[in-house]
Amino acid sequence: MSEWLYSDVVKEHFMHPKNVLEEDESAWPCDGRGIVGNIKCGDQMLILLRIKDGKITDCRWKTYGCASAIASTSILSEAIIGMRVEDAYVLSPEDIVSKLGGLPANKIHCSVLGDKALRSAIDDYLEKNGLPALKGQENVKVICTCLNVTDRDIEDAYKAGDRTWEDLQARTKIGTACGGCKGKTLELLHELEHLYGE
Amino acid sequence: MNKRIYLDYNATTPLDPSVREVFIGELDIYANASSMHEDGRKSAKDIHTARTYIAELLNAKSEEIIFTSGGSESNNTVFNTMVSPSLTRTSLQKAMFGGRKTIITSAIEHPCVMESAKRLEGLGFIVHYLPVDETGMVDTVKYSELLGLGDKSGIDAEKPLLVSIMMANNEIGTIQDIKALAHEAHKAGALFHTDAVQAVGKIPVDALALGVDYLTMSAHKIYGPKGVGALYVRKGVPIESFIKGGHQENGLRAGTYNGPSIVAFGEAARLAKSRLGAYEAHTRSLRNRLRDGLLEAVPNIRINGHAEKVLPNTLDVSFPGAEGEAILLMLDIIGISISTGSACASGSLEPSHVLMATGVGPELAHGSIRFSLGQYTTDEEIDAVLKEVPPVIKKLRGFSTVTHT
Repeated sequence: MSEWLYSDVVKEHFMHPKNVLEEDESAWPCDGRGIVGNIKCGDQMLILLRIKDGKITDCRWKTYGCASAIASTSILSEAIIGMRVEDAYVLSPEDIVSKLGGLPANKIHCSVLGDKALRSAIDDYLEKNGLPALKGQENVKVICTCLNVTDRDIEDAYKAGDRTWEDLQARTKIGTACGGCKGKTLELLHELEHLYGE
Repeated sequence: MNKRIYLDYNATTPLDPSVREVFIGELDIYANASSMHEDGRKSAKDIHTARTYIAELLNAKSEEIIFTSGGSESNNTVFNTMVSPSLTRTSLQKAMFGGRKTIITSAIEHPCVMESAKRLEGLGFIVHYLPVDETGMVDTVKYSELLGLGDKSGIDAEKPLLVSIMMANNEIGTIQDIKALAHEAHKAGALFHTDAVQAVGKIPVDALALGVDYLTMSAHKIYGPKGVGALYVRKGVPIESFIKGGHQENGLRAGTYNGPSIVAFGEAARLAKSRLGAYEAHTRSLRNRLRDGLLEAVPNIRINGHAEKVLPNTLDVSFPGAEGEAILLMLDIIGISISTGSACASGSLEPSHVLMATGVGPELAHGSIRFSLGQYTTDEEIDAVLKEVPPVIKKLRGFSTVTHT
């Protein structure tokens, strides 16, 4: 067979994914549950966590999506078992992609879903247990270096209803100095639409 | 699996061995078919024979066939004619087409038609994208309405200049009633083009009986080589050369003749005509067996496209709960080649525009798989596919957040 589209690691995790939730969700009681993405865009991920003494002791997941989405969730599930909650919280898409031995540029969003689902499950755990939130602790990337606007700021703006470059500029002043970050911002908007729908 | 199973014939077909032989033989006929010397005349003669075969396949006259580089060029040539001086060269054409600025096409066309239409839209044309129903048939009520808009308003620009509707859809295989659509377009004074790339060689395509003005076909969908196709242009209708710079094809398509490809194309057309009945019977029975087998073995699936008015070789199936790219890649590892309408496989965020136009919704579009069979598909291959596909769907549905058992 000629060379496959993705790395051998992706292939292995796609064909033999680890920690898939096989039973009904109710039959696997968990401490934190996170779900992100939407069917309309073609990917959705559910992550269930068991946590003890601040450590992830077990994890199950389900993914509706393409090969790299399935592989991303599988490798993420392996990586986080045994990890402290605060460490898991700061895992970035780049961490997942590098564990997978790389992904083509148009597949990066699949792993973005993974770390978001994980954070959402951790947020759920912390909230349920009355623990201090880790929100804001995750790795943030500065998108607009002139005015120090981060991907987190853009995500919050998206959740608040912003959908266009102009909306974002009005709220965050992004790109109002040199404007060099417009391309990156539009890509991010696309990704957010994928994550949260319109 | 020892030998791969190829069920992607709508994407392209392998060369027929007889076509291959003709192709290779013709590689030695190197002279320029436009040259007057004997060597050139030999090339020209072979091309002439090929043209005859293609004309016979379409029930057209030889002089109504223009060789092109393939379906995309043929389609572009038609749309480009609408913004060329050739459209209104005679006073009669001026009276018939002058001032008309409306194009009607369908929502399920191949991108090369869609993009060509969009280009005209950018040049000030009014373009209507005719909706289709859940089986992929164009909305004929809306069609009549659109054709009549200009007469109603009295505005010339709103009168239809060109209608372009594909004969059979590449993805779901739905076959339109081209004869009736062309007839109605002509009554409204419009030119009619059909992209018949997927229809030719699979079902009877009689350009004369259909009454179309332009018809597109391609060699590599009928077991011929890639990079060659044809445009049928009914005698007397406007046509402008898309590629300029030579007198080939009566000045309608410049460029040194691609002799070997054209001659191989001719052989493919000759075979297609002689085999049409057998092809239809062979592929339809296998397709229907595949359809029935999948319906029986996999719960909760949907067969897309029209139940009867469908290409005999095309079966498009949605597997809700499983995503198309994942299905494709899992079958690929097993050794089965198919295609999908999922967005993930196309590199865009939007799933198949064809399925979305039929209104099936994003989940069914993302989970769609096209099986397209061909003259080399065997009973054993269909058995193997029926054995391999159900566990793959079951496995992927097992991972899925969307439950469909």
